[in-house]
Amino acid sequence: MSIAIRHVSKRFGTFTAVDDVCLTVETGSLTALLGPSGSGKSTLLRIVAGLEAADSGEVLLAGEDATGLAPQKRDVGFVFQHYAAFKHMTVRDNIGFALAVRKRPKAEIRARVDELIQLVQLQGFAGRYPAQLSGGQRQRMALARALAARPRVLLLDEPFGALDARVRAELRDWLRRLHEEVHVTTVFVTHDQEEAMEVADRVAVLNAGRLEQTGTPAELYDAPESEFVMRFVGGAHRLGDRLVRPCDLTLRRDHDDGCVEVEVERITVLGADAKVDLADGAGGRLVARLRRDELEELDLERGEILWARPTPGTASAA
Amino acid sequence: MPRAGLRIVALGYLTLVLLAPLAMVVRRTFAHGLAPVWGSLSGPETVHAFEITMLVAAIAVPLNTVFGVVAGLAIVRRRFPGRGLLNAFVDLPLALSPVVVGLALYLLYGRTGWFGGWLLGRGIHVLFAWPAIVLATVFVSVPFVAREVIPTLRELGDEQEQAARTLGASAWQTFRRITLPSIRWAVVYGVVLTTARCLGEYGAVAIVSGRIVGKTETATLRVDGAYQNLDATGAYSVALVLAAAAVAVLVAMTLARPNEQVA
Amino acid sequence: MPAASATAGPIPARARGRPRVAPTDVLPLGFVACFLTAVVVLPIAALVWESRRQGARSFWRVVSSPEAVAALRLTLGAAVVVALVNAVLGTVTAWVLVRDEFRGKTLVNAVIDLPFALPTIVAGLTLVALYGPGSPVGVDLAFTRGAIVLALCFVTLPFVVRAVQPVLQELDTEMEEAARSLGAGQAAVFRRIVFPNLLPGILSGAALALARAVGEIGAVVLISGNLPYRTEVSSVFVMSRIESGDAAGAAAVAVVLLCVSFALLLAIGGIRLLVTRHERA
Repeated sequence: MSIAIRHVSKRFGTFTAVDDVCLTVETGSLTALLGPSGSGKSTLLRIVAGLEAADSGEVLLAGEDATGLAPQKRDVGFVFQHYAAFKHMTVRDNIGFALAVRKRPKAEIRARVDELIQLVQLQGFAGRYPAQLSGGQRQRMALARALAARPRVLLLDEPFGALDARVRAELRDWLRRLHEEVHVTTVFVTHDQEEAMEVADRVAVLNAGRLEQTGTPAELYDAPESEFVMRFVGGAHRLGDRLVRPCDLTLRRDHDDGCVEVEVERITVLGADAKVDLADGAGGRLVARLRRDELEELDLERGEILWARPTPGTASAA
Repeated sequence: MPRAGLRIVALGYLTLVLLAPLAMVVRRTFAHGLAPVWGSLSGPETVHAFEITMLVAAIAVPLNTVFGVVAGLAIVRRRFPGRGLLNAFVDLPLALSPVVVGLALYLLYGRTGWFGGWLLGRGIHVLFAWPAIVLATVFVSVPFVAREVIPTLRELGDEQEQAARTLGASAWQTFRRITLPSIRWAVVYGVVLTTARCLGEYGAVAIVSGRIVGKTETATLRVDGAYQNLDATGAYSVALVLAAAAVAVLVAMTLARPNEQVA
Repeated sequence: MPAASATAGPIPARARGRPRVAPTDVLPLGFVACFLTAVVVLPIAALVWESRRQGARSFWRVVSSPEAVAALRLTLGAAVVVALVNAVLGTVTAWVLVRDEFRGKTLVNAVIDLPFALPTIVAGLTLVALYGPGSPVGVDLAFTRGAIVLALCFVTLPFVVRAVQPVLQELDTEMEEAARSLGAGQAAVFRRIVFPNLLPGILSGAALALARAVGEIGAVVLISGNLPYRTEVSSVFVMSRIESGDAAGAAAVAVVLLCVSFALLLAIGGIRLLVTRHERA
């Protein structure tokens, strides 16, 4: 089912959460809503789910106006950041809830729940209570629960935000593979640009309620349309009058036009890469990313003065 | 669910059961004007009734406050055999009829009771004298401070206290500087509830005090006594003073309430 | 005897592998145990002793006497009615206080605690004033069983409300949102999600209300008229036995009330365990 968001706005008192956003999500795609805290991405997602009402604009699901429709009628599955598990029900009853509420026959519910438990790999946990599961298991249960009634859209609100780094990485991978198996139109909200880039087909970047840019991860990285997008996706720093990405910064001991004088503040080794913190003499700070062999070649010392310029042939925005 | 409908049901129930009766007391008290009320309240039996009520509260409330804090700490912070039983006995007065309490004390300290005979032999009068009233009042108001302190202590955890110990504080210093301040409002709330209970005790005290007018008649017993003697003004005026005290208690409760219960 | 030096003395208990028991560990516990024994346990023990002193047969004779049975029936019956009324209306009141907004809500919330703050005898007097002879609303419930139920409703009003309020407050609204997103209508959300989570609170509030109602005397004694077999509750019966000098008879019925109290306390404890069962990882 496709989603069309047309000129949707939402305010909470004097605070504008969503400001005239237009976005289209194609059927079967996996889209990320990316942005910092307060950018309106969660609010927008909840408007699509019907958990919030937009002040103006329309939401179309499969081409039909769903703006005034209650969440029960939208055929949408929603996954919350803090799981919203029904703590008084077992895992099995949690997952089967959507079907129980639709008064499906017990045998059908049982079969579907078993199928989903296999899908999310919670075998053996069916009779447990949510409090007895780990965070990652609870979120997998929440996903299974949202999928039970075969919704046409799956919405996830910072689904991995409450989990620790290793579990987060595992579940990202897992969500991607799940999407390839189930093919439901999926939209998820995240503030982690790495997560968005790794998981989604298309990314929509939001800032202070406005939609900054939409595109594939490669498009956003290679052709950012604003300073915000360039900084937020992939990171960038000011070098003179341009913005340069850390990995597009060349450091040299000789200088020519277009070079800026910098001082080495700190050198950090990060496994196969290295990070060099630099100060540009005008109070600005930069970061350069190098490979280990490049770092060894330069043989840098703390406090050393160098010249920095953008690597020729790379993107940079003024 | 129809919002307005629910609201009307709730408010109607409250008016019927709480507010209307209270309004009546004010009306009945001043039915014959101000002078008879003043006459009643300044009469010797009434003055004495208030005196003994306040004396008993002045003893029972501090005792139960200290007990409540110490018991709360013991129950939450330590594991010991019989902890569950201790907790149950602390809660018992909440579920127990005051008449049962009065009878139990009557049997223990009466002439043929375990302690009664021994004490009377030494000239110590417990029953039908103020010590019995104190014992009865202490019994019925045991739980209140403990029950406020216990959940607060549980929620707080003992990390702050552990930190204090690592910084060199002794047990007493930790208690005084860390624990006590953090349970302060729970204790205040518990004290308010305890005081209200002490002022309002009737059933147990009715049995153990002997209701001797001018000597062992508390304010609540005075209300009953005046009513039985068809002294309506007397009964209502004392009741009004007690009701005014109850409103003061309500205000104190609202101000000291440990957690916000209204959205 | 030479003064023992710090290094030449016996090995302290700690070094031997046993933790030293400081006075600060034992003293508070000792105080608590002694206080509780003196104030609560001993009187109860004396009561139980007295009830058994004249033997089991005498005990049963009193407890099964027509007047005692009538009183107990009335007491338990009225208490159950009151607990049920409170379970429903108390929950509604808690719901309105937590989920609804209206002017004066803070005042209403404070007033709920009035029965906790007001002496029971004063409560009884106010009920007589309003619903007894000379009532301005034209009803006269004095000497009726209805009066007893009304008086008990007054004193037990806060229990269910205050038990349910914090549960409603803490209830994760995201669970309700999740249920709605999964297709549940308003009624289903209440029935399947909200109510099961409120139930332990309602039950423990109702149990406390029941315990209070069974033992109440001050609020009931004025308006009920205490007519034996008609409007005499068990607490009044016990008092009249004491006034007649029949301590053993009074003790017998008092012990029955004591058992009811213990049973209700156990039930409340059981409910608490049941709730934490879901939450024990």
